[in-house]
Amino acid sequence: MKEIVVPAVIENLPKVVSFIEDELEALDCPVKAQMQIDVAVDELFTNIASYAYDPGTGDAIIRFDFDETDRIVTISFMDSGMPFDPLAKPDPNVKVPLKERQAGGLGIFLVKKTMDRVEYRYENGMNNLTIQKQI
Amino acid sequence: MNITANKENNGTHLELVLSGRLDTVTAPQLEEALNKDLDGVESLTLDFSSLDYISSAGLRVLLSAHKLMSHRQGGMKIKGVNEIVKEVFDVTGFSDILNIE
Repeated sequence: MKEIVVPAVIENLPKVVSFIEDELEALDCPVKAQMQIDVAVDELFTNIASYAYDPGTGDAIIRFDFDETDRIVTISFMDSGMPFDPLAKPDPNVKVPLKERQAGGLGIFLVKKTMDRVEYRYENGMNNLTIQKQI
Repeated sequence: MNITANKENNGTHLELVLSGRLDTVTAPQLEEALNKDLDGVESLTLDFSSLDYISSAGLRVLLSAHKLMSHRQGGMKIKGVNEIVKEVFDVTGFSDILNIE
């Protein structure tokens, strides 16, 4: 298990993405899965940076785990901001003509579609959103 | 991410060549390039041949560009989309509406 703790601001996204990429590269992760995980990391860290502590600031913890037997990557995103379950929102209607779209909620929807598993829990005063993907 | 802008046909056609990642950090760059260069442009082509991936922040910029260009003669076209970007367009329904070459 490895983790980093960074102030939850958008400027730290490249740092978080490269932390995850270094881990995935060391595991010979296929390029497609790596790109999908990168996008998921972007969406989830951006959510924390944009909303968790608004209007204040706070830290985000990103934890990386790997199950060697089944080659499953598990990444958890934690913050001690407002309790918020991003999975509780209904999926956006992707059949609506683009002209009428507001494009809200697309990020978490993309994460759900590209990861094998997405789970939210609130424990010990922290939001914890965990994604899993077999590589 | 890098953006190269090429204007043709007396400035009525704009091609933007993107490389790298269109994500939360870089999407504002594309927004700025579009705000700056779209005056008098009737048709817009986005060349994604060297684009690695796109996140929802990038999709939002594409959506507003698409809306703006749909009122102009030539509209907006995207070319050179890789497999990863294509999948993002597919699952979000963007591929049904965007003009993808």
